[in-house]
Amino acid sequence: MLRLIINWFSQLAIAARFGLSTIPERKGASAAAAFGIGGVVAVFLGTLSIGQGFRQALAIAGSPETAIVLRGGADTEMVSFLSGEHARLIADAPGIRRTDEGALVSSELFVIISLPKRPKWTDANVPLRGVQQAAFRVRDNIKIVAGRRFEPGRNEVIAGVGAAREFAGLELDSELRVGRNTWKVVGLFSADGGLPESEIWTDAVVLQEAYQRGNSYQSVIARLESPDAFDEFAAALTADPRLNVKVLRQTDFYFEQSRVVYNLVTGLGSIIAGLMGVGAVFGALNTMYSSVSARTREIATLRALGFRGGPVAASVMLESMFLAFLGGGMGGLLAYFAFDGFRAATMNWQSFSQVTFSFAVTPALMLKGLIYSIGIGFIGGLLPAIRAARMPVAAGLREP
Amino acid sequence: MSGTDDLLVNIEGVTKYYRRGAELVHVLEDIWFQVRRGEFLALMGPSGSGKSTLLNLIGGLDRPSRGSIMVDGLRIDRLNERELAAWRARHVGFVFQLYNLMPVLTAERNVELPLLLTPLTRAQRKRHVAAALAAVGLLHRKKHFPRQLSGGEQQRVGIARAIVTDPTLLLCDEPTGDLDRRSGDEILDLLQLLNREHGKTIIMVTHDPHASARATRVVYLYKGQIVTEMPK
Repeated sequence: MLRLIINWFSQLAIAARFGLSTIPERKGASAAAAFGIGGVVAVFLGTLSIGQGFRQALAIAGSPETAIVLRGGADTEMVSFLSGEHARLIADAPGIRRTDEGALVSSELFVIISLPKRPKWTDANVPLRGVQQAAFRVRDNIKIVAGRRFEPGRNEVIAGVGAAREFAGLELDSELRVGRNTWKVVGLFSADGGLPESEIWTDAVVLQEAYQRGNSYQSVIARLESPDAFDEFAAALTADPRLNVKVLRQTDFYFEQSRVVYNLVTGLGSIIAGLMGVGAVFGALNTMYSSVSARTREIATLRALGFRGGPVAASVMLESMFLAFLGGGMGGLLAYFAFDGFRAATMNWQSFSQVTFSFAVTPALMLKGLIYSIGIGFIGGLLPAIRAARMPVAAGLREP
Repeated sequence: MSGTDDLLVNIEGVTKYYRRGAELVHVLEDIWFQVRRGEFLALMGPSGSGKSTLLNLIGGLDRPSRGSIMVDGLRIDRLNERELAAWRARHVGFVFQLYNLMPVLTAERNVELPLLLTPLTRAQRKRHVAAALAAVGLLHRKKHFPRQLSGGEQQRVGIARAIVTDPTLLLCDEPTGDLDRRSGDEILDLLQLLNREHGKTIIMVTHDPHASARATRVVYLYKGQIVTEMPK
């Protein structure tokens, strides 16, 4: 049995080697098919990299040992409400990391302001978040890259570098007029490319006063002692009869936040790539038909010598998939160099505000592109392979 | 040699036609003939007489429309494609007019091709290839690719490939048709040697009387039928 299998693969190896080595003789058609598939893969990956980048921006913002507390039934901070008393009760819950400087917990509120978005200067929604000083310790990836932090009690803001890049009026030391209030931009901050970079931060108390929110918040962000402390923390809050809250790991919260945009973009990308893929299949089909036709006599000779149709057909498939693999690899590299790191902003439908992010062509996406291209090669090679296997041997031997 | 044991090929009432639209094109018409073991038979006839078709039928590359073909006691017209491929690999060596060597393989790898279908080990295959190349006088050219060989040499590699499995039957389709007289004579010498010294049964299609003169028997085909003498 083993010998039969080895024998089959020997036949395949010979037929495949012959097919692959004759690709240069059909370099025009082969290159056209490979480039066609490469283009499809580049578009496919380019589109998916939007969803991937968006999800990454939100994922970077989340940490498994950080929890977010919202009002019971609220899915987003927008629709959540927590009183100052509730926020205090939450801050006292077990499981929260505490240091000499106090508990790592930040009660926050969140308003949407309108700013002109570059380059068309159309108004777009930007989140203005009121945070407590502990927010900088709760999220340990916040770094001031220019200027300084805002001072509590003053009309000062710091802007995420993504927001400053995408929206007008957030330059350091500029004055930001929103409604009746004027804010001074005293600093710019980064957050490893994560979601906070799309936001503007100020002191929570100042924001409460400016927007007449009284002593209320929309969320409480808490850094826990460890990821395992989450269950204890969540259980204590949900068991407290004075509270009606929803407790989520920040990672889960942001994953859910990214779902709409991710699914939309990924779905759209897949449909576009699917339609383009149909075209690429015909390109591969045409190339492989000409490949089979160009070596009719050699295929017929192998069959005359006793080679079976199966290995001959498999060799045609292999050649088609090899060309597609080359095309897919080129498309992947093209997508990487053209799209990876490309910065953009889009609406996060969960918060109705803009999220700045970078397109991300990840190794996993590139692998997906390669698998897709090999799939195109497989389908494109199928009919020519069947033709090769069923070729009338006697007629094939007489081909010039 | 006599008796049924000597009978290698037995063709009874073979007809071959193709359908071209509504028309039936008859290529072979009610052919009866036999080939005995150890014969060197030449099939002669003008273009379109059906000689190559008959050779393909004997070699299991094509199927008759009617009639039976028995080779070494086996009805090959009843075998399916898979069985035919296996049968060809074991029992038939083909020599083609245009050599039909794989351009990307060296001479020795070309000769080895049919052996890949056998259970021989690599070392055994190597020995068989060397013996076949030595038999055609080309062992010293074993590492050369077809494009580095002359037409005569390429045909000798083709013959080595045909005999490397020690087949029951050697089928040659115009083996000298693409060669000059001198190279053609060398090929015919080689075929004659294989027939006389090694007892190979050879059926050779040719339209060249010079080539057919080397055969032990000549069968003439004219318009798809066997004739005793070629019409003028």
